[in-house]
Amino acid sequence: MKLLVGVKRVIDYAVKIRVRPDNLGVVTENVKMSMNPFDEIAVEECVRLKEKGVAKEVVAVTIGPKPSSEILRTALAMGADRAIHVEVADGSTVEPLAVAKVLRALVAKEQPSAVLLGKQAIDDDANQTAQILAGLLRWPQAAFASKIAVAQDKASADIVREIDGGLETVSVKLPAVMSVDLRLNEPRYVTLPNLMKARKKALETVTPDSLGVDITPRLEILRVEEPAKRIGGRKVESVDDLVHKLKNEAKVI
Amino acid sequence: MMWSVVARRCFASSSSAGSRVLVFVEHDGKNILPATLSAISAASQLSSDVTLLVASGGAGAVVDAASKVKGATRVLFANDGAFEHNVAENLANLIARVHATFGFSHILASASALGKSVLPRVAASMEVQPISEITAIKDESTFVRPIYAGNAVATVRSKDPVKVVTVRSTAFDKAVIGNDANASIEPAPTAQNEPADLGLTKWISAELSKSERPELGSARVIVSGGRALGSGENFKILEALADKLGGAVGASRAAVDAGYVSNDLQIGQTGKVVAPELYVAVGISGAIQHLAGMKDSKTIVAINKDPEAPIFQVADYGLVADLFAAIPELTKRI
Repeated sequence: MKLLVGVKRVIDYAVKIRVRPDNLGVVTENVKMSMNPFDEIAVEECVRLKEKGVAKEVVAVTIGPKPSSEILRTALAMGADRAIHVEVADGSTVEPLAVAKVLRALVAKEQPSAVLLGKQAIDDDANQTAQILAGLLRWPQAAFASKIAVAQDKASADIVREIDGGLETVSVKLPAVMSVDLRLNEPRYVTLPNLMKARKKALETVTPDSLGVDITPRLEILRVEEPAKRIGGRKVESVDDLVHKLKNEAKVI
Repeated sequence: MMWSVVARRCFASSSSAGSRVLVFVEHDGKNILPATLSAISAASQLSSDVTLLVASGGAGAVVDAASKVKGATRVLFANDGAFEHNVAENLANLIARVHATFGFSHILASASALGKSVLPRVAASMEVQPISEITAIKDESTFVRPIYAGNAVATVRSKDPVKVVTVRSTAFDKAVIGNDANASIEPAPTAQNEPADLGLTKWISAELSKSERPELGSARVIVSGGRALGSGENFKILEALADKLGGAVGASRAAVDAGYVSNDLQIGQTGKVVAPELYVAVGISGAIQHLAGMKDSKTIVAINKDPEAPIFQVADYGLVADLFAAIPELTKRI
């Protein structure tokens, strides 16, 4: 079976972001960018399924401006077979609905047995793309997967999902869309030899137009601000002092 | 909170006349979950015409409770085995059908694991861009939501005809369930040509962690532990403190990844977002991903032996101490 895996280039998770002076976004110039951590987990899972002989081919996809192709090289170095870059103009916002429509067009072309995506991107924190894509395709969805077991006949997969209060196991018919949670696996590091090899793998570039998808945003960003600052930093001397202050000052116990 | 009250006063009288809001009710078979009550409060800010949808495999008690929620005008119920285990595909299909019949301006649910699973799929059926985890409502089309793990706050205006929105429960008060019931109760429209169970996903089993303590999302006090606890066994000292305070126990991602506690206790960007009156962070350094899940707590206490830990920058009261000495002592003194 063939797997399609979506990856997004985002500001590195360890970077402390700064709001732009015009209050319409955050500063992305000269900021370290990386593959969205949840997407690394999705790529890793696809590669493991290939190593187990369950999947034959893994196709990595990204939607973004020119530099986004870097993270496709990372996905190829992790073990994806080929990549598709859906290139958009620098600075364009592509919302989850538009991403899902682009992915739907690629699903029609590639006919994968499953699409794996991260459960959310750590920049917009939307947690929507996989569910929207499954809805558009009318495929089963398994969001927040922490274990994926494809059946022998490849007609279905058993998925353990992280839900409020614990875990649940569901069986989805394939083809299906899955979004992956943090505890699915530990992504491998990219080695230099693999990175060299990845340069020889196929990387196709297309545009939303060529796929017939309109990516005009539906949400207008009116303002982006810093959150209200907490005034913390006060230290207490002892447990006694803490109890006293919680009782008499904060009045929370 | 003040802010949303101001917002409500600003536009409630002028522009809410045309709004008709549907709220998807999440329940445990007996009670409406507190997070849904917060979503109903958000709905009340948008309109005086609020419909609640209860889907279940047979939960009459929930329908009764829903009809008594302040702010609700109508309760639709759909009883079918297809909805028993919260299969997202079946629920999304139901919501889309209810919307096709009544034509809502807004469809809301809480930003729980279930709300996040179902609502984007509903949005797909009408090709609109959903809005996740709102923390405030400015007007019928304009919402505030955190981005970048809560390190920035975005105000967005939707141009879509129907707004599909999940609500961060800690940002809205809970709607009250009272006895002055006036919501009408009606069955939800059923489909003519398709079964309620689409047969795409089959629920097999659930493994829920059992606890006598309050739910994380609604607890007044949360005692949370990090990697410094060293083992799952050591979480017992936090449980003792939580029990004395009538609170819940939470954890950082590090503690969950180390296997000390189950992952549904995780607080942060990828776990639960909480805003209790008192949050006690024990042996938690305070990575931005963790802060995203708790920095709206009323009072934050940090107990950590590293005086440089970033958690101290947000803590109202910080105690630099060895947790294994400080926590039992604190439990004794309260």
